[in-house]
Amino acid sequence: MLRFLLRRVTLIIPTFIGVTLASFLLIHAVPGDPIEVRVGEHGIAPERLAILRHEFGLDQPLWKQFADYEVQVASGHLGASTVTHQPVWDEFLTLFPATVELSVCALIFALVIGLPLGVIAAVKRGTAFDYGLMGVSVTGASMPIFWWGLMMILVFSVSLGWTPVAGRIGDAFFVEPWSGFMLIDSWFSDDDGAFASAVSHLILPTIVLGTIPLATIARMTRSAMLEVLGDDFIRTARAKGLSPLRVVIVHALRNALIPVVTVIGLQVGALLGGAILTETIFAWPGVGHWLIEAIQRRDYPVLQGGTLLIAVLVMAVNLGVDVTYGFLNPRIRK
Amino acid sequence: MALLEIRNLVVEFGRFRAVDGVDLTVEAGEILCVVGESGSGKSVSMLAVMGLIGWPGKVSADVMRFDGIDLLGLSPRARRKLVGRDIAMVFQEPTTSLNPCYPVGWQIAESLRAHNAVPRAQVRDRVIELLDQVGIPAPASRLGAFPHQLSGGMNQRVMIAMAISCNPRLLIADEPTTALDVTIQKQILDLLVDLQSKRGMALALITHDMGVVAETAHRVQVMYAGQMVEEQPTEALFTKPHHPYTAALLAALPERAMGASRLPTIPGMVPGIDDRPVGCLFNPRCGRVQEICRTSAPPLIGEAAKFRCYFPLGESA
Amino acid sequence: MSAALTFWRSFAVNRGAVLGLAVMLGLVVLAVLADIAAPYSPIEQFRDSLLTPPVWQEGGTWHYPLGTDDVGRDILSRLIFGARLSLMIGLTVVTLALCLGTALGLTAAFAGGIVDVVIMRTMDVVLVFPSLLLAIVVVAILGPGLFNAMMAVAIVFLPGYTRLVRASALSELARDYVTATRSAGAGTLRLMFNTVLPNCAAPLIVQASLGFSGAILDAAALGFLGLGAQPPTPEWGTMLAGALQYYQRAWWVLTFPGLAILITVLAFNLLGDGLRDALDPKLKR
Repeated sequence: MLRFLLRRVTLIIPTFIGVTLASFLLIHAVPGDPIEVRVGEHGIAPERLAILRHEFGLDQPLWKQFADYEVQVASGHLGASTVTHQPVWDEFLTLFPATVELSVCALIFALVIGLPLGVIAAVKRGTAFDYGLMGVSVTGASMPIFWWGLMMILVFSVSLGWTPVAGRIGDAFFVEPWSGFMLIDSWFSDDDGAFASAVSHLILPTIVLGTIPLATIARMTRSAMLEVLGDDFIRTARAKGLSPLRVVIVHALRNALIPVVTVIGLQVGALLGGAILTETIFAWPGVGHWLIEAIQRRDYPVLQGGTLLIAVLVMAVNLGVDVTYGFLNPRIRK
Repeated sequence: MALLEIRNLVVEFGRFRAVDGVDLTVEAGEILCVVGESGSGKSVSMLAVMGLIGWPGKVSADVMRFDGIDLLGLSPRARRKLVGRDIAMVFQEPTTSLNPCYPVGWQIAESLRAHNAVPRAQVRDRVIELLDQVGIPAPASRLGAFPHQLSGGMNQRVMIAMAISCNPRLLIADEPTTALDVTIQKQILDLLVDLQSKRGMALALITHDMGVVAETAHRVQVMYAGQMVEEQPTEALFTKPHHPYTAALLAALPERAMGASRLPTIPGMVPGIDDRPVGCLFNPRCGRVQEICRTSAPPLIGEAAKFRCYFPLGESA
Repeated sequence: MSAALTFWRSFAVNRGAVLGLAVMLGLVVLAVLADIAAPYSPIEQFRDSLLTPPVWQEGGTWHYPLGTDDVGRDILSRLIFGARLSLMIGLTVVTLALCLGTALGLTAAFAGGIVDVVIMRTMDVVLVFPSLLLAIVVVAILGPGLFNAMMAVAIVFLPGYTRLVRASALSELARDYVTATRSAGAGTLRLMFNTVLPNCAAPLIVQASLGFSGAILDAAALGFLGLGAQPPTPEWGTMLAGALQYYQRAWWVLTFPGLAILITVLAFNLLGDGLRDALDPKLKR
């Protein structure tokens, strides 16, 4: 197991270097001088520009600059925002919990509903339930979630007034950002109702962001289950006299989870992409919202650093999925 | 009273009759061999006994009794109590028949737990004992092994251990050696016969290998295209077959074809869904076919030797 | 002929796929005939009828069946011209990604060695970025606009085609008939395009049809974020972005463009699923 893990880690090193190279090239690909890009729209005197160019090593050959950049990234220096002048890393850390909270809730929502639906559809294949669910799920997977989110707001917030429109918690509450996760912080806050407010703010974004993963997981679970249910060992399990429920859950689902976990892993990238849209719609103060603002303000260090961090995060999640896969599938565990 | 008694078993998938009016009896403690080509309905009738024919298959029978209990009249729950405990089955492909995600020890233990065969605390010891009985060396160290880590022969031993875990009175083995190496086949067969005689359970062995039949069976039933065409005690069947199909199967045995330049084969194929003939199902492939064979299906006749033929061998034709 | 008929039979079994095909054909007709089919120009502003509701609602009129937006443009006309735009986006993106991906995939498979490693590692890097984020970054570099947005989405889709072509080319190259063609003296290029490529056509067609829906969705998302087509272009995502200010007062400005995106994407997804089931012999029952 340890060797399996080590092999996986060594495999991602070239990808990591490629990712840093891509983010390094990003700032050079932007039209205009990197310094001018860095200082933003204020402009700069030519003499000062020359000094700064030297200071930042921009008069060095490109490979040298890249090597320096690698060292900086490795030591956690990602530059500072040209708008707020805060280090990118600090801003990312403040906003990241909000994105994680939303994404994790969306993924849990998708799993808790998608897995059972997929299993039931597979067991009841060919029935109206099966066809209905597959129709709904292909629709869900085709959903433009930025529109879906606005429609949800229109119905549940504007017309029915059930849920708040934007933000993470009501204006009336002040919650000390202790962990950064609003659900946790508000739970421990002295304010009564803070937790309820946080939950009510989370519901719509969770559903919106979870829609596509939910549809994908339900479809994938169904097809994986259909394949597994036809396998020989299912017949063996039934020949043991086990209950149908045990056969489906313990024997079939356990095997079907192997491809499903891979799909969930692939969903994480899409989930973070979706988080950008969801956060924009619900004014959710997370990393996606931050990146869109960075583009509008031409804040390239934030865009560069934030993109790099998200890419690293996706790589870490992929690694985690590989390891889980190894746990689930005894055949590749060595 | 027979241990297993089946009369007029029919299994249909849509408009295809996989099993067409099969009678079958297994006495306690005997070895019955069911022989036939692939597609003859051997496996399907046994799966029907186990209650493993799922949608869209339909099972019906005039009589289907195990130890006097009407199997078709049982609730699914009561049937599951019987299956795996009193009737157990071993399949053709050992490696795919085991769940790849669980250790083999766990899979055997699951059988024991499902039927409360032994107290919880003794499950592990019992699994080791079972693995030992089926001839797996160092059984305690194999408990945590996964099916992909064991050879086909070892996996089939695990399957057998699982099947006999609750001391069944009838063990059904569906071509248990077909997927294995030739050298292993004999070992597995010997193991099955050995377990059968030690435990006094009945063994229903499905095979298409007449050589296996000669070595193991007390009684033989020959199936063709979903019908039973002949049934006799082993000795009698080999010395005096009645149905031309049985005779053809025997003629295809290498040791009987000594001296012939080529091994005799049976021309044609088992009829499928669209080409079931009128009359005797074997008539398109039969060397002794007469006019009546093409128009009317022969009934099952005879007492000690039962067969389904108008012009049986060994009688004036 | 009989091959086409067999294909149609296995395709027509899937009712969803046939529905998807019908919707797609309808959209194509609408897009081609947009000038005739649409009642007005998509950018013509009727200043005396701002935010007119659709015809079935109080205050609606048959002049503007689906209502008008905040500057009095007819929504139906904009949607029809938007269909032309969306299909063009899908076509451009898929063609770009398909051609470039095929070239890269074939090169990687045939060249092998360091070329293969470099190409495939680069694709791995592209895949690490969430697709929408990557598209956003590319647009941030190239600048907003419909053309740049299409470039960005094409780059995002590149790895999928490259991997697919390389994998099927490699498996084809290992077959006996390729060895036979090779020993018969066929050149590499000839082998690439006459022998290997036709054999990876089936998965490519499926991927392309699913890519169509992805391209339309991503381009609309970019438009929605203000990074794609710019107003007053009647692109569906851009129309949604324009509706953000007042959608709480006028639901129709928001609802119809989104429905148009959903229906189009759904049609291509259904079509792609149907093609996959019909073309993939492994899934045939």
